[in-house]
Amino acid sequence: MRRPEPVRIIKSRRDGALDRIVAAVPYIGFLGMRFDRRGDELTAILPFDERLIGNPMLPALHGGATAAFLEVAAIVELAWALMWDEMERPGADPSPPIRLPKTIDLSVDYLRSGLPRDAYARARVNRSGRRFASVHVEGWQDNRQRLFAQATGHFLMPERAAGDD
Amino acid sequence: MTEDAPQGPDPRLQIARQFIEAIPHARALGLRLTDLGAGRAEIAMPWDGRLVGDPDTGVIHGGAVSALMDTCGGAAVMAHPGAGASTATLGFRIDYMRPATPGQAIRAQAECYHMTRFVAFVRAVALDDDPDRPVATATGSFAVERPEGT
Repeated sequence: MRRPEPVRIIKSRRDGALDRIVAAVPYIGFLGMRFDRRGDELTAILPFDERLIGNPMLPALHGGATAAFLEVAAIVELAWALMWDEMERPGADPSPPIRLPKTIDLSVDYLRSGLPRDAYARARVNRSGRRFASVHVEGWQDNRQRLFAQATGHFLMPERAAGDD
Repeated sequence: MTEDAPQGPDPRLQIARQFIEAIPHARALGLRLTDLGAGRAEIAMPWDGRLVGDPDTGVIHGGAVSALMDTCGGAAVMAHPGAGASTATLGFRIDYMRPATPGQAIRAQAECYHMTRFVAFVRAVALDDDPDRPVATATGSFAVERPEGT
């Protein structure tokens, strides 16, 4: 029987992998997004910033910023799932290359005005095949049960590297 | 609309222009309103390294294209002769046909093709320097906010 890996090694591998994905995409930094990880579960966080405002009178988050937040949450979830599979197999590369899916379409449903405060999102991969994936993302602010926006999108999965099975 | 020939720019379009230029997120994205008419708008987003989604190619992130098209859709609604005091996106669907060419500005053109008392319907297209091959198309529904009693 294999000895379980020390928790410190596991955490550093997983946090390192997530950090590499986030750092690779300049636009994630532009939005100021961060990700919270519990095991393989990710929560995307959009800390409030004045630059995200779309209606200064209310004020409310910009619908486009909300759409972008949900889209990034979906893409990072898919890239993370690909990386998880590659790095968590026994004897696997602990630092596999970043592979980003491409958005084919995204449909955003605005349920209530985005308030000038932090927003959170969680993506659920409903189907992930060799070529296509379908993802649903829920966005909320103060109350997990009161979504302010949700989105569904299709994504083109990255080509597998040569030599992969 | 008036008995005399129009004098100077349409005040509604001026209001719409001020409304759009005051949006903090639009300013953060570097958006420039390049054309505005009755129920239509064109907005340009210059290429910017901070907006890149794919570091290997320099292609702009889809999210930035969505934000551009959503802003342009809202601008077309505000520029419609039947617009209300304000607008907010209800639903927005975007199809990405191809990656925008790195280094080129992306132009969104939106048209508000139908307006009811409460809802405005919009279609939009995003183009780079090749006008024959759109980068993305979108459709959206926008809530039209009117003061009580109007």
